[in-house]
Amino acid sequence: MSKTNDINWAAIDADPRFQALHRKKTLFLWGLMIFSTIYYFLLPIGAAYFQDLFKVKVWGVVNVGILFALSEFAVAWGIAVWYSIKANGQFDAMAQTIINDQK
Amino acid sequence: MHNLMKKFALLSFLLSSSSVFAAGGAVADEFKWMTFAVFGCIIAITMAITFWAARSTHSTSEFYAAGRSVSGIQNGWAIAGDYLSAASFLGIAGLISLYGYDGFMYSVGWLVAYITVLLVIAEPCRNIGKYTMGDILAFRNDPKKTKVVAALSTITVSTFYLTAQMVGGGVLIKTLIGIDYEISVIGVGILMLTYVVFGGMKATTWVQITKAVLLVMASLLLVAMVWAPYGFSLPDYLQAVVGDADVQKQVAKLLGDKSANMTPAELGQRFLEPGLFLKNPIDQISLGMALVLGTAGMPHILMRFFTVPTAQAARVSVIWAMGIIGGFYVLTLFLGTGAAMLVGAAKISSIDAGGNMAGPLLAQFLGGGENSMMGNFMLAFVAAVAFATIVAVVAGLVLASASAMAHDIYVGVIRGEKATPKEQVIAARVSSVIVGIIAIVVGIMAKGQNVAHLVALAFAVAASSNLPAVFLTLYWKKCNTTGIIGGMLVGSLTAIGLVMVSPNMTYPLAVAKAANKVLDGEPATLAKEAVPEKISSGFMCELFAMDGCQKAEPAKAAEAAKPAKPGTREKLLVLKAKLETVADATEKATLTAEMAKVQTANDKAEADLKKVEGQTTSIMGLEKPFFLLKNPGLISIPLGFLMVILGSLFTRDKRAEDMWDELYVRQNTGINAEQASVH
Repeated sequence: MSKTNDINWAAIDADPRFQALHRKKTLFLWGLMIFSTIYYFLLPIGAAYFQDLFKVKVWGVVNVGILFALSEFAVAWGIAVWYSIKANGQFDAMAQTIINDQK
Repeated sequence: MHNLMKKFALLSFLLSSSSVFAAGGAVADEFKWMTFAVFGCIIAITMAITFWAARSTHSTSEFYAAGRSVSGIQNGWAIAGDYLSAASFLGIAGLISLYGYDGFMYSVGWLVAYITVLLVIAEPCRNIGKYTMGDILAFRNDPKKTKVVAALSTITVSTFYLTAQMVGGGVLIKTLIGIDYEISVIGVGILMLTYVVFGGMKATTWVQITKAVLLVMASLLLVAMVWAPYGFSLPDYLQAVVGDADVQKQVAKLLGDKSANMTPAELGQRFLEPGLFLKNPIDQISLGMALVLGTAGMPHILMRFFTVPTAQAARVSVIWAMGIIGGFYVLTLFLGTGAAMLVGAAKISSIDAGGNMAGPLLAQFLGGGENSMMGNFMLAFVAAVAFATIVAVVAGLVLASASAMAHDIYVGVIRGEKATPKEQVIAARVSSVIVGIIAIVVGIMAKGQNVAHLVALAFAVAASSNLPAVFLTLYWKKCNTTGIIGGMLVGSLTAIGLVMVSPNMTYPLAVAKAANKVLDGEPATLAKEAVPEKISSGFMCELFAMDGCQKAEPAKAAEAAKPAKPGTREKLLVLKAKLETVADATEKATLTAEMAKVQTANDKAEADLKKVEGQTTSIMGLEKPFFLLKNPGLISIPLGFLMVILGSLFTRDKRAEDMWDELYVRQNTGINAEQASVH
């Protein structure tokens, strides 16, 4: 913590590389967050107001409702994997160049 | 200290393995020794872990955060162990076994919640925080004020969740193996205290990992046994579920008169369709909001991110946790439907009305049934995992409250950050003991109380108070102390207030009416004409019971006249008379069995009636609920956010503005984040 005072935080914040990281991250995270929230709430809404659709049998007795509920799991895992690829590959590297300058 | 620990270990072992159990429970008496052997093994493993962890738990960082040396994968398993509480692991399998599709749908929100944790909470919290949620909020807001409010909120959320776990656990252990409620609550309390006080976060983490691994192994084995006969084909398996007579009978029972014109195949198919359990979509959405935003505000989950060395490890841990938790819920689809098919909903709900015994009974069936050695071994194993679950979850919660009490209140506020490292560790241990004792006392006092809503309430408070405060502190430049304090108080008080006037509370008139219906039966009714659909007089009327309000109601079909239904009192008399005239031994046995069933229902209704005798209103003085949803999130979460925003906009706080640059750079880069301790 003693190092805190040696660092000019405002300067880093104004650094175009940090601004670029901030923009990329904000856009990506909000996009995923909004998509996942909408996709999740489609499940209770569909189960309540679109029961006829949920009851359609598509694979033996397996109906749209079951497939949709299972797809919620696939989508959640997909988002997790996508985010980690993006963060590991891009965000971490961008942050690292800023961190290196502080050493 | 190790000597003391050994005594503790011995005491808790004695408590759990001695013969202090009443007859009864799902395990037959002749097999109880096996249950205790399995319990003893698991307790011995966790004690060994605690002994090992205690040797490297000296500093505050080691006590609260396991020296930040837990790897991402380990933390992922520990988060899963912390999160898959008895409510989610036994409860969801139970809901699926009784209500099919709706139970499965309910499980989805618990996983989706981790997307919020992953995207906006885990990494910034690791970069900014030290030991508690209070640390994150105090970074740019007034440290003393925010720490007090954060600690209060942490302790409130943890206490709600803890009480639900303690009561649920006590009932569960009594149902499974017949140990007295009080003794199992004390046993859970002492074991959990031993882990926390001696081994701190390191022991808690490894107990959670052990439990998660056992739980996943047990579930995989059961699912393999259920699914293998159908060649692991999903349609073939579900076809069997749909075609099962027990499943069809359960659907017919749930639908009542509406099932009269349905074929058995239609009844079975209905089990895989929505609407058997969750009837109010607005309530669903309200619960969904509390889960999706509340998980990220749960203090014991937040705390887990301080145990890893870097933000990257925090990321890895959420991804592993999502894999394990999601995978587990997919498995519960098979556990639940398997139990519905092989054990039958009637038997499951006869032992526990909420269906919590579905998993354990399925294990017993798959092992060879009630009287087989293997069946009882598997039941014992699942019961022991359930027990480990409660202990692990409670340990995490106690650690979270103790850290709020010792680190935020004592060290941060009372001592003004001037406590020596040694004093801090002592404060942490003393606080753990205090919280642990409170948990045991509250657990015993809440015996027989309706606590099911406390889990939902804990999530609602976390989502309405903690999450808006943490989220806006991390991402909104203008956020400040006044906003945080106002938002947290209003958010949590609204959530609690709404639940106090919601259908979750006990309303004596409704209880008495239901009990009288069981005892005296229903009188004959005349044919009823069809009732047209009623249109809601506005959205607020769907939420609150106000004068001149009409709630939306679907159209009702015409009903034929129905004969009177006898109550249990009348049934008992009839059965008794019949029993005297019957001579045949087998017929006598069936009659006696039926009589016992009716007698149980009769006793329960009479006990209910006695409980509410002379009362007409709930503890809030209401005859019927004023707030119509079970989950307050829909109102309290937006209100919590709104208050943080308004409070921040109308006041100025120089420190909050000055610290913004540092906070934002640090949460994104991890510069100056707390380092792992070197060993």
